[in-house]
Amino acid sequence: MSARGLILAGLDGDRTWRLQDYVARGGYEVFRKILAEKTPPDTIIAEMKDSDLRGRGGAGFPTGLKWSFMPRSFPGNKYLICNSDEGEPGTFKDRDILRYNPHTVIEGMLIGAYAMGCSRGYNYIHGEIFEVYQRFEEALEEARAAGFLGQNILGSGFSFELFAHHGYGAYICGEETALLESVEGKKGQPRFKPPFPASYGLYGKPTTVNNTETFASVPFIMKMGGKAYMNLGKPNNGGTKIFSVSGHVCRPGNYELELGTPFSELLAMAGGMRGGRQLKAVIPGGSSSPVVPGAIMMDCTLDFDSIAKAGSMLGSGAVIVMDETVCMVRALERLAWFYHEESCGQCTPCRDGTGWMYRVVHRIEHGEGRPEDLDLLLSVAGNIAFRTVCALGDAAAGPVQSFVKHFADEFEYHIENKKCLVPPAVQETGSQIYVSQPC
Amino acid sequence: MLSQESLQQIDREIAKYPPGKRQSALISALRIAQQEKGWLSKEVIEFAAGYIGVPPIAAWEVASFYGMYDLTPVGRHKITVCTNLSCTLSGGVHVAEYLKKKLGIGFNETTPDGMFSLKEGECMGACGDAPVLLHNNHRMCSFMTIEKIDQMLADLERQ
Repeated sequence: MSARGLILAGLDGDRTWRLQDYVARGGYEVFRKILAEKTPPDTIIAEMKDSDLRGRGGAGFPTGLKWSFMPRSFPGNKYLICNSDEGEPGTFKDRDILRYNPHTVIEGMLIGAYAMGCSRGYNYIHGEIFEVYQRFEEALEEARAAGFLGQNILGSGFSFELFAHHGYGAYICGEETALLESVEGKKGQPRFKPPFPASYGLYGKPTTVNNTETFASVPFIMKMGGKAYMNLGKPNNGGTKIFSVSGHVCRPGNYELELGTPFSELLAMAGGMRGGRQLKAVIPGGSSSPVVPGAIMMDCTLDFDSIAKAGSMLGSGAVIVMDETVCMVRALERLAWFYHEESCGQCTPCRDGTGWMYRVVHRIEHGEGRPEDLDLLLSVAGNIAFRTVCALGDAAAGPVQSFVKHFADEFEYHIENKKCLVPPAVQETGSQIYVSQPC
Repeated sequence: MLSQESLQQIDREIAKYPPGKRQSALISALRIAQQEKGWLSKEVIEFAAGYIGVPPIAAWEVASFYGMYDLTPVGRHKITVCTNLSCTLSGGVHVAEYLKKKLGIGFNETTPDGMFSLKEGECMGACGDAPVLLHNNHRMCSFMTIEKIDQMLADLERQ
C-alpha cells in the first residue's frame, strides 16, 4: 500500500483497523465537529460539490450532485447504502479499505446520513469476502459502543443505525438497483430507471447508494475542505484514488495516488513489468472498461478525462496489466464467459447476446473461427449495448468491441491460421503461478 | 431442521431490518442454513422460507440466483478457484489444473470419499492476492503456490 494517499495512509495491515487506532489517526473528529457545530446539511453538500469527488465504484458520477438529489422534506425513513459488492474483475480496493480502515467508511456514511437526513443504512458486502464482513460487523459494534451509531448520537439529536448486509455471489448486485432488490431479499435483477433511487429506493423510500471508497473519502474532504481535496487531483477529477493493479507486474496491489498521476508512475510503483517483458495492453478501469494498447496507455494520466480521451474509462481504478505473452483472443474469451455467467437473465439482448459472443470468441480461439465472425461479434455487441435495463449489457459489449478494434490482427490470424499469433510456449511463460517477489 | 445456534444467527440477521421486512434476511438465512447442512436441499430451502415467512418460491428464486449456494450435495471441503483474467495472469488456471490432477476430479465434481469438491469461481475481489481460492465459501486463501496448495490439502485431510 502506498503512503502517499489518504485512505490507505498510515495503516499497518491487520494491526491498525480498530476504533482506537482510527481515533488516534484523527478519526471521528470531523463528525464530532459537525454535530457540535450543527453544520447545516447544505454546507456539507456544497463542500462535497467543491471537492469534485466522483463516484469511485466505476460510473464516476459527481458525489455532491448525487447527494443533492435526495428530497429534503420527505417524511419517514430515508436510506443510505454503501456498495461494497466489489466483483468487477481486477478490482480489490474496497476489500482493503474494509479490512484495514473500516471506520473511515462508517464515519463517511455518518456524515452522508447527516447531510441527507437518512436514519438507517446498510453496507452491502461482496459474498466472497465473508471474513471482511465479519470484521466490518466488529467495527460496527465498536462504533455503537462508542456512541457513534444509534439513537441521539453523542446527545446531538441525530440518529443513524448502520448494519452490514452480506451478498452471496452475484456480480450484478454491484448495480445499484439490483443491490436494492438484493437487500430486500430478492434475486438481484436491476430495476428500470427512472425512478432513480433518490426518489424510489430501498423499500420504495428515498435512498442514496455510494461506493465504499467514495464514503471513505468523505471524512478527508470535510477535514481539509472541498477545494483542498480537489487540488490534490485536478478540476473535474478531485482527490486521490486507489488503483488496484493486477496482472503482469512485479508487485500487484493497491496504490493510492492523486488523480492525474501519469500511468507510467503507477506502473513503476507496482514494480514494473514482470520478467522485464514488454507491456502489451492495459484494461484501465476493471474488466468492463475498453482495453487500451500499452503504447497509448503509457501516454495517459490516471484521471477520468485522460482515460476517456484514450477511448476507455477510469471505472473502478482496477488496472489489469497484460504483457506480450498474452493471447488477446484467449483473454477476451475468459471475459466474455464472465459476462455470460453473470448476466441476470432479465433482458433478452444481454441474456442471449452474452452467450452468443462467448461462443463466437470460443470458436475463434479454438481454431473454428469463420471469416464473417468479427463482423458478427461487432454486430451482436452493438445490439446489446444500450438496449438493456442496466449497464451490464454495455459492460459486456465494451471488451468485445475494444479487443477486436485494437487487436484485429490477432483475431484475423486465429481465424485464417486456426492457431494463435502468440506461440503457446510464449503464452505459457506468462501464465505461470506468480506471487509477489522482487523482480 | 436447523440447530438452535443457526436459528439465533438468523434472528440476529432479521433484527437488522425494519419491522415487516424479514425477507431482507433471506439471503443470510440460506447462507447460515447451508453452512450447517453443507448444501441446500428442497426441505432446507422450504424451512428457511417458512422461518422467514415468505412463500417457498421466494426462497427458491434466491437460492438458484446467487452463485455461492449449492443446490446439490458437495464434499466436506468445497474449493472454489478463481480463473478470471487477473488470476489467470498470475497462474489461476495452473492452480485449477493442479487441483484437478491432485484430487482426480474436474470442476463441479466430488472425490469418491466425499472429502473434496472443486468449483470454478468468478472474480472474488482479491486479484492482488492472485492466485486465490475460497474454502467452503468463507475462507479466502491468497497467493496460492503449489506448496501452499499441498499444505492446505494436507491440513484439510487431517481435520
